[in-house]
Amino acid sequence: MMFLRYAAYRLLTMCLTLVVVSILVFAIINLPPGDYLSNQIAELRATGQAEGVAKAEFLRTEFGLDRPLWYQYLMWVGLAPGEYGFSGLLQGDLGWSFFNDEPVIDIVGSKLWLTVLVNLAAVLFIYFMAIPLGVLAAAKSKTWIDYVTAFIGYLGLATPNFLLALILFYYGRKYIGLPIGGLMDPVYEGEPLSWGKIQSVLTHMIVPTFVIGTAGVAAMMQRLRANMLDELGKPYVETATAKGLAPSRMLTKYPLRVAFNPFVADIGNLLPAMVSGSVIISVVMSLPTIGPDLLTALKTQDQFLAGFVLMFVAFLTLVGTMISDLLLVLLDPRIRYGAREG
Amino acid sequence: MSTLPDGRFIDDAPYDPNVDISAIERADMDAPNWLLVWRKFRRHRLGLISAIFLFFAYAFIPFAGFISPYTPNERSAEHLFHPPQAIKFWHEGEFVGPFVYPTTGAPDLENFQWVYETDTTRPMPLQFFCRKSEYNLIGFIPTERHLFCAPEGATVFIFGSDRLGRDVFSRISYGAQLSLTVGLIGITVSFLIGITLGAMAGYFGGWVDWVVNRAIEILRSLPELPLWLALSAAVPSNWGPVSVFFIISIILGLLDWPGLARAVRSKFLSLREEEYVRAAEMMGAKPGRVIRRHLLPNFMSHLIASATLSIPAMILGETALSFLGLGLRAPAVSWGVMLNDAQNLASIEIYPWTAIPMLPIVIVVLAFNFLGDGLRDSLDPYSD
Repeated sequence: MMFLRYAAYRLLTMCLTLVVVSILVFAIINLPPGDYLSNQIAELRATGQAEGVAKAEFLRTEFGLDRPLWYQYLMWVGLAPGEYGFSGLLQGDLGWSFFNDEPVIDIVGSKLWLTVLVNLAAVLFIYFMAIPLGVLAAAKSKTWIDYVTAFIGYLGLATPNFLLALILFYYGRKYIGLPIGGLMDPVYEGEPLSWGKIQSVLTHMIVPTFVIGTAGVAAMMQRLRANMLDELGKPYVETATAKGLAPSRMLTKYPLRVAFNPFVADIGNLLPAMVSGSVIISVVMSLPTIGPDLLTALKTQDQFLAGFVLMFVAFLTLVGTMISDLLLVLLDPRIRYGAREG
Repeated sequence: MSTLPDGRFIDDAPYDPNVDISAIERADMDAPNWLLVWRKFRRHRLGLISAIFLFFAYAFIPFAGFISPYTPNERSAEHLFHPPQAIKFWHEGEFVGPFVYPTTGAPDLENFQWVYETDTTRPMPLQFFCRKSEYNLIGFIPTERHLFCAPEGATVFIFGSDRLGRDVFSRISYGAQLSLTVGLIGITVSFLIGITLGAMAGYFGGWVDWVVNRAIEILRSLPELPLWLALSAAVPSNWGPVSVFFIISIILGLLDWPGLARAVRSKFLSLREEEYVRAAEMMGAKPGRVIRRHLLPNFMSHLIASATLSIPAMILGETALSFLGLGLRAPAVSWGVMLNDAQNLASIEIYPWTAIPMLPIVIVVLAFNFLGDGLRDSLDPYSD
């Protein structure tokens, strides 16, 4: 019951945050002077193409770009009627991409799942790499294993990940025969799901997952190592060792469990950085996620597309953070914030 | 030191019965805090080396033009994508001093790339303190002197040249000017906002605290890079390189303050209950004075350490933005702008030296990380 109440509270704060984020995103998108259509109209006028102007003017009124900003915001969210009644994010209408001349949903539709997939793979990668490495580094602290992992960790933090992507692509192709760019073989694009397609996606995901995850692995590994070292100095570890428990069993049974908590909480800090990373990596590696769309949309002031992508990325992080908070409460009986009484 | 008749040695200093009790503490008790911190920091090898390296890196910034043999946008149309040249000292077993071999380039029309042939018969000694293209020393002294430059008829591309025949080495040393300072300006912005908001939230509490806390939560839960991208896309394209540089560093700082503000706030929450704060308040000190004179000095050093740790993020951020074409723009030279040229696989494979600017980035970021770690460890001199 307590947990459910906390979950409800957490969900409510997330929705409120989303509202604030949407205002923020809309403000940022509208920061550059003018909009896509007014720029286009000016350009068409300058080159003397009168018939194009009429269409652009039509689009301007249709999407309410001639109305005041606050009204545009309400229209975008779906709280105020436009030309054809209420149709905004709340109604599932993501708007129109002026640059591509088609609805935003058609552009990003299939990419949303791939975006989630890429980020999910990176989270899993972080956990699978960071836990064993962190535990190993702590258990063998001050030996070469510790130093090597620390060095790799620092390097992972310091290398710009877009460059890492390029280098890994090149050497992966040269020596292991990993595919370059994209998330699947062109053959499988638009095909129904099959074993071959899954295989193709998996091999294409290796490098992106590695690159997006590296910085996260490094950060998490260091944190886990520090936590483990704190725990390893405690008397109960000594007792367990004295009683003859095998080191591997002893490590996983007691200190790891205690050291693990901040780890789950950490995913909330990690997610924003990771989603950031996936955006830039997608641009470099031409992955069919929404990252490249964001870049072109921002460059061309294609406001509805850019706005939606930013909202989606923020939504992804907020949901991830919320899940990690809830998991934390489930995992650690000591934490009961927000719901405790008397 | 004197010797007793039976061969024992004895100290000449007069006997002090209390020497054993106070000796250990006295040495440190008189020492000011910075000395203790310095003693501890000195033992942190990596941190010390990083500090020295960063000191020299920043010290050389004003003299970037002097060190580099070319100016950053000087193009050598005959030498596009020239591979790195070695500076040699010995020619056919004979010592000549630092020299280079002249090269001649020819287009390879089969593979569509430039091939350079080195003429190893003619060593051409480098010139030192020579007059070449004009630049501004320390930003305002026009001069033509370079530390070293290529002899007539030869080139000196230590790190090769890029697609327009510009010297990569010179561009790296000029690029350091922007790439290294972007973090400093950004951190200043983030510091000002973070301390002001954090201090207000922690000191006043109540609704101020609530508002600041929500702002921190929201900003921390958003991915930085897309927001950076969106903000930099809003920078008008007709602005000059200098204003773009400043606005980009401010943008980088604008999203960085929440971490700092949170640290300041939690410190203030615990410190504002201390007696000396109450005493100051009772004597009529205004909140601003209490915050600035009594509370902030307590943990300024910790803030500096954490700031050191967040500079690398900004350097990497600038690199990423410029790499994507939304950050600094040519003719400005920064490491990110240079990497923009190395964006495709072809240049990594055929002209790997165009990716050399990656090395200074990695080294500087590592150095800041180690320095921050060292500072953080040594700022608490009484712990072990």
